Amino acid sequence: MGVLSEFESKQLLARHGVAVSRDKLAHSADEAVAAAVEIGGPVAVKLCGSSLAHKSERGLVRLGLDNSAAVRTAADELLAAAVEDDGEVALLVSEMVAGYREFIAGVVHTEQFGPALMLGLGGVLAEAVGEAVFRLLPVSEADCKDMIEDLDIPALMAPLRGEPAVDQGALVDSLLGLAHAGGGEGVEAIDVNPLVIQDGLPVAVDALVVTTGS
Amino acid sequence: MSRPPLDILFNPHGIVVAGASTHPGKFGFVALHNVLAGGFDGPVFATNPDQPSILGVEALESVADIPEGAADLVFVCTPPHTCSEILRSAASRGVGAVFIASGGFREAGSEGARAERELVQLARSLGMVVAGPNGQGLISNPAKLAAQIVAPIPPPGPIAVASQSGNLVSAFMNYAAQSGVGISRAVSAGNAAMLGVVDYLGWFASDPHTKAMAAYVEGVEDGPAFAAAIKRVAAAKPVVLVKGGTTPRGAQAAASHTGALATDDRIFDGMVRQSGAVRAQTIEEAYDAVAAFATQPLPAGPRTLVLSSAGGWGVIAADALSKSKLELIPLPADLKEAIDGLVPPRWSRSNPIDLAGGESRDTIPEVIDLVADHPEVDAVIYLGMGIQANTASHLRSGPYFEAAELARICEYHERQDSRFAQAAADASARTGKPILAATELGITQPDNAGPATLAAQGSYCFPSADRAVRALHHMWWYARWRKRLLG
Repeated sequence: MGVLSEFESKQLLARHGVAVSRDKLAHSADEAVAAAVEIGGPVAVKLCGSSLAHKSERGLVRLGLDNSAAVRTAADELLAAAVEDDGEVALLVSEMVAGYREFIAGVVHTEQFGPALMLGLGGVLAEAVGEAVFRLLPVSEADCKDMIEDLDIPALMAPLRGEPAVDQGALVDSLLGLAHAGGGEGVEAIDVNPLVIQDGLPVAVDALVVTTGS
Repeated sequence: MSRPPLDILFNPHGIVVAGASTHPGKFGFVALHNVLAGGFDGPVFATNPDQPSILGVEALESVADIPEGAADLVFVCTPPHTCSEILRSAASRGVGAVFIASGGFREAGSEGARAERELVQLARSLGMVVAGPNGQGLISNPAKLAAQIVAPIPPPGPIAVASQSGNLVSAFMNYAAQSGVGISRAVSAGNAAMLGVVDYLGWFASDPHTKAMAAYVEGVEDGPAFAAAIKRVAAAKPVVLVKGGTTPRGAQAAASHTGALATDDRIFDGMVRQSGAVRAQTIEEAYDAVAAFATQPLPAGPRTLVLSSAGGWGVIAADALSKSKLELIPLPADLKEAIDGLVPPRWSRSNPIDLAGGESRDTIPEVIDLVADHPEVDAVIYLGMGIQANTASHLRSGPYFEAAELARICEYHERQDSRFAQAAADASARTGKPILAATELGITQPDNAGPATLAAQGSYCFPSADRAVRALHHMWWYARWRKRLLG
């Protein structure tokens, strides 16, 4: 088993129709600044590599950087924080995605029933909260709608604190895309956490694809 | 062309109890006793080399002695090492199906597991089917067949049961005996060497005597095949599943959050929902649901109305509804107006409809008809049935029954509750809508005129308002799944 970097993971998901954040890969502080300018607005800068999971726990994520100096400082610090075990690393410059609601979604190969798609309440507390529902692959559009309903959080789907209601069609599309990606050759598991609801639309802000190859 | 093996198992022409015993404490005695007590109307044979006859049945030396073609099912109570010989003899006499009740196979260790595998191979080579081993038996009421080493023999009815645990087959049958909503077929899969729970469900799906089925499963060997089989069965008839032995363990301990969240329980739950079965958490809940499916029409929608002459039960029903996917609809204005014309103004004037004791002789049947006929109502929960007959029962056994000449009022009360139950059953039949009547009196006082009238119709009296709501919730979920499936 191997893992794809966050950048590669999101590219793969995007090809299958999952909405992902606008990202640029940079290999130096200069490139990171240029990427931030191109993306526009405040950005996040993260250390990115195929051996890096759980970036937040290690402080390898800097959020809301709204000027070139801040981007440069973050980029320098993150590159300096990389250790040998991290292997080849780069900087991922991403648009800031803002929304109160965070979901987790993914695909996992289960021992008994084979590959399954998941949707749950996401963010750093995802596992502790443990609100998640599954469907076996392949899934239909109706299955994805059922998943949203089964999650049984109508208040989180409705307009919330000035944010519009969750566009359930778009969420279903992302789930279908995820299932499609997860059912593909060479994919063992997928984690999208968080899947942030911004202006009612789901955006994959972080993702990890585990591959069957090495 | 030979018959499908499960046809033979559930509708045999003749049966042999291999290893019948004269000792009433032995399975071999109880099995023969049950076959005879059940009234099986084909030939019954018994084998026991040491006895001339048992329970009036001539005991044969061995299965090889049964007349050619006289029996097609053998029920085996003898130890594992005797089974292969029984299978060979049975095959030579034209037997197509064998139920092995005996233990000592896979559940007993690696040697038993090997014996079990060899037995399966032998059965295949002989063109026979083996149920069990290590199963408590089967019930097939349409064939008056009770081939099992335990009790009870449940009343005939529309529910089929398949279970990986024999005791839970008995549990479903005990509920059936108590409630009167009976059993078509029931089988304990035992070690399921050749036939698993889904094989039985698959046969029940096309069994004309079965309207709904319940199953208990622990392990699932081939998950995707299990899911596909359940989906095929659920497309035909409602299936209520109880899963035992779920563990909190995730599917993967790896870096993936999704893997950590993928507990057996969540995966099974998703599989069940996708496959159109409904999942109950307890046997009690499963029996409520399967009895509802077997006796009530499916709701066309979630819009539910509660009719109560029993105060707090109405509130409990409303609470349960608010936690379900059913809708406790606002009381339609025209219904409000119509009921205003029937009872004094102190009634609730909302859903739940609580008549607050303002009803007169014909009010309940009239209101049942009004709500059942209303186009905005998909389902009705009816509470409070049996209260009058309970009072009658109390008066009858009290000190003043004779002196105060209470017979007439008692008869009136009882007649009324009987009418109410009948009105609920009739309105459901007329409108094609589910009307679930619930009262604890169905259990605490089963001869109460309300529950007894329901039982006489083959209807199920739900033991409480919340249990009725839960069953209706399952019905609505299944109805919705079917709608989507059939488009």
